[in-house]
Amino acid sequence: MALAEKRLILKNIDQPGYTNDIECYLKNGGYEGLRKAVTLKPADIITEVKTSGLRGRGGAGFSCGLKWSFIDPAKNTKPVYLICNADESEPGTFKDRQILHKDPHQLIEGMVIACFANHVKLAYIYIRGEFPLGAQILERALAEAKAKNFLGKNVLGTGYDLEIFVHRGAGAYICGEETGLIESLEGKRPYPRIKPPYFPAVLGLYMSPTIVNNVETLCNVKHVVEMGGAEFSKIGRPNNTGTRVLCVSGDVHKPGYYEFEVGALTMGELINDVCGGVKGGKLKAVIPGGSSAKVLKAGERYKIKEKNAEGALVDKEIGLEDVRMDFDTLSAVGSMAGSGGIIVMNDTRDMVSVLHNISEFYAHESCGQCTPCREGSLWMKKILTRMDGGLARAEDTALLKNVADNIAGRTICAFGEACAWPVQSFTTKFKDEFEAKANNPLTALPPIGVSTAGH
Amino acid sequence: MTTAAVTEEKKQVDLVNVQIDGQWMQVPKGIRIIEAIKLAGKFVPHYCYHPKLSSPGNCRMCLVEMGMPKMGPDRKPITGADGQTEIGWIPRPAISCANTVAEGMGVRTDSPMVQECQKGVMELLLINHPLDCPICDEAGECKLQEYSVEYGNANSRFVEEKVKKPKKVDLGPTIILDDERCILCSRCVRFCNEIAKDDVLGFVNRGSFNTLTCHPGKKLENNYSLNTVDICPVGALTSKDFRFKMRVWFLKETESICTSCGTGCNTMIGSREGVIYRQVPRDNDAVNSSWMCDFGRLNYKFVNDEKRLGSATIRRNGSVAQVSAASALGEVKKALKGMVEGELAIVASGRMTNEELFLVKKLAQVLKVELVDIVHRSGPSDDILLSADRNPNTNGARMLGIAADDSAGNLTKIRDAVAAGRLSGLLVFGEDVVEAGFDPEALKKLKFLCSIDMLPNKTTDLAHYVLPGVSWAEKRGTMVNIKGRLQRLNKAVEPVGGSVDNWELLNTLLTSLGGTHYEDVASVFVATSESVPQFAELTLAQVGAQGVNV
Repeated sequence: MALAEKRLILKNIDQPGYTNDIECYLKNGGYEGLRKAVTLKPADIITEVKTSGLRGRGGAGFSCGLKWSFIDPAKNTKPVYLICNADESEPGTFKDRQILHKDPHQLIEGMVIACFANHVKLAYIYIRGEFPLGAQILERALAEAKAKNFLGKNVLGTGYDLEIFVHRGAGAYICGEETGLIESLEGKRPYPRIKPPYFPAVLGLYMSPTIVNNVETLCNVKHVVEMGGAEFSKIGRPNNTGTRVLCVSGDVHKPGYYEFEVGALTMGELINDVCGGVKGGKLKAVIPGGSSAKVLKAGERYKIKEKNAEGALVDKEIGLEDVRMDFDTLSAVGSMAGSGGIIVMNDTRDMVSVLHNISEFYAHESCGQCTPCREGSLWMKKILTRMDGGLARAEDTALLKNVADNIAGRTICAFGEACAWPVQSFTTKFKDEFEAKANNPLTALPPIGVSTAGH
Repeated sequence: MTTAAVTEEKKQVDLVNVQIDGQWMQVPKGIRIIEAIKLAGKFVPHYCYHPKLSSPGNCRMCLVEMGMPKMGPDRKPITGADGQTEIGWIPRPAISCANTVAEGMGVRTDSPMVQECQKGVMELLLINHPLDCPICDEAGECKLQEYSVEYGNANSRFVEEKVKKPKKVDLGPTIILDDERCILCSRCVRFCNEIAKDDVLGFVNRGSFNTLTCHPGKKLENNYSLNTVDICPVGALTSKDFRFKMRVWFLKETESICTSCGTGCNTMIGSREGVIYRQVPRDNDAVNSSWMCDFGRLNYKFVNDEKRLGSATIRRNGSVAQVSAASALGEVKKALKGMVEGELAIVASGRMTNEELFLVKKLAQVLKVELVDIVHRSGPSDDILLSADRNPNTNGARMLGIAADDSAGNLTKIRDAVAAGRLSGLLVFGEDVVEAGFDPEALKKLKFLCSIDMLPNKTTDLAHYVLPGVSWAEKRGTMVNIKGRLQRLNKAVEPVGGSVDNWELLNTLLTSLGGTHYEDVASVFVATSESVPQFAELTLAQVGAQGVNV
């Protein structure tokens, strides 16, 4: 089976001679989408985006058009803000970085269109602190776009004014959570806000309606406008339209970023055909959507429902390698497409060690605002450090799972799930491997100061 | 229709139906779920929620099970067999402190899911807590302790090392912080920002290492700082004044009011065996919300001052003799009887209760004294609670006709008359008239100078008769604050030394001069209410713990 990439977002990226300046972008048809957009009514652009079926590429996969339509320009009296979330921090994800570094004007064009459609006069690109080069490139690109009047006062003579500012984060994963990002942008500690009442579309930046979109999502907006929503919706599969940039890392021969129509290939095809197969052993597990996504285990069988040729839903049983790389299938098998970061593990990997690594990240990144995540993420990390260090107890696996259960669903933001899901899925699916740690002869050596008679 | 009645009617219009633990009830639209739960007579444990502050929803202790009406195909709520709306329960818990009630909403405060959440949060709050309850000042009034008993686990599953954080952090002149005890609920941060308007506290670091701290280079030194200790649900913030002094469960609590300014913040005096250990604010939305200022709170030390005047003294021919209050009163009576009409004036105090002031007024009538006034005192005020009027009962004195409505009044006349030698006698209650501008040389020339006071001062030094006064914490009575609210003081401790409650002193003196005798403070109040139109038909019991507007 031929597995041709469908490069829409990455079309020009890495092409010989393609540079990230505006001249090169214009030579390759740049800003034609914007030229078309400004001839349309803003409401019509939103309709096109709705028709396209575009879903957010940041992690949650929420309908972009629906997100935009939460703000009713007829009723709203406050300024509307748009923020590009360029705080790409989910372990295993490195797609937005390519766009920011290699094709910044594609993002800017998408953003200007999105702003025009939503009557936004002031927009921000919130870029993670660890992307200093990306920030420089963006600053330059914004200046170039402004010089060519794609931005600033009276964009392309339409009377529409737009300013875009780059705001650099200071190095915190939680700033990628949209309300944490908004707090940070307001100059505060990035504590995510409680929802309700602080839905960004209602009470966002400076308590005004705010749209927060991922880098890749905004790039897609340009293509939606250029080709029309109906045409865009033909790419991919129903409810899973367009392309997806997949970032593959871990134990494969050819890790990297690839762009395919959503759902055009299966996990098996991605790993074996696209990425040259598993390196260093046999396939053991895959994390399919960034490190917070629940792990999928080789040999697992999933019962899913799939539409047949007549459009009726039929039951189907599939294995890991048959899992279609789209939003709905990954969700049906109990994980998520998330941020598109696929982490492949071979059978030499110690799953306790892998989970230890992941949990260490989340314990370090928890903002500490709400109790379950603040205390639970560090506790899980400490248990795993001990287990990974050879001091596991028989009860640790169940304890870990239970601590995770006490976090997921009980926190202010989705970070609770992000730190709990790996623990829940690893300890369930690789339970034997975790429990076997307790049989380590080292355990008998240094006694742990265990007290059960109080806290 | 009065404004209150209009508001009342409007409130009645905006009600929503909610089901709380199976019971349907009507609650005002827009209130927070936790408040509706309270109206239902139920309780959900909480740490970060405070009714007077914004809701950050961070502690996760108030998680409840929530549901909304099930909708039929016609998008109308489905009615169940019992005729009530059927509720579709949301499978994940929701915080009750930030979400507002909605029509048809269902809430479960004690379901298995809720109990599991509460157990989970309690465990997580305690794993890094130092559990140093035996030496913690909060012990006995600590929400971690209380909810551990009610909602927590008996055993710990935590065998790792706890997070270490700063201990004994000096936040400012009034407060010490123990960061290990802090559960990061942010009540103190929000209080400083939202109420004290001094955004000086915040968190640094991240995750479990989050640490409460003061803004670099600043101190928590606003005049409301100690309220943060009151609202801290744990022992993280402790008062330098109170820490390590007394276990809270030994404190006798007496409802009173603060008498350091005209606001009259409602207080709870904590004392043990006749010694006051602390004052804390008591909720009263008509006066002080839930707060009080540090100036008033800490202004209690004089009660147990070593120099307190414990017994009566008589000065004769340059020598001072200690006598019993009874014999001193007898001498005072004799001296007063010998005074010529128009030669005597009375300086009372805006710190006296209405009952005392009423007796002063009666005394003035019996003695036919026309020159009566109080000493006004003022100081800087703020827009929060502190009033410029530093007398707690100026309004009471005005209502009783002792003080004039303007500050000029009789005091200047009395002072001038003393200076000019037109007066030969002066009765002073709880004021230092020398401090108030009276010439000490002129005072020396008086035939009769009697002072009733708590502490020695330049007036008591000159007085022929000194009778021991008592503090606000040692007496019962009423005062009227600057906004015209009549409020009650209760006796927290017995008067120091040989001093007697001042209304009794006045009562004895008045009786001996042929005036009416009153049985107790309550009957003085009844008599007061008969002569002051604003107090008409009120009794001490009706004034109650929250006071009444007069």
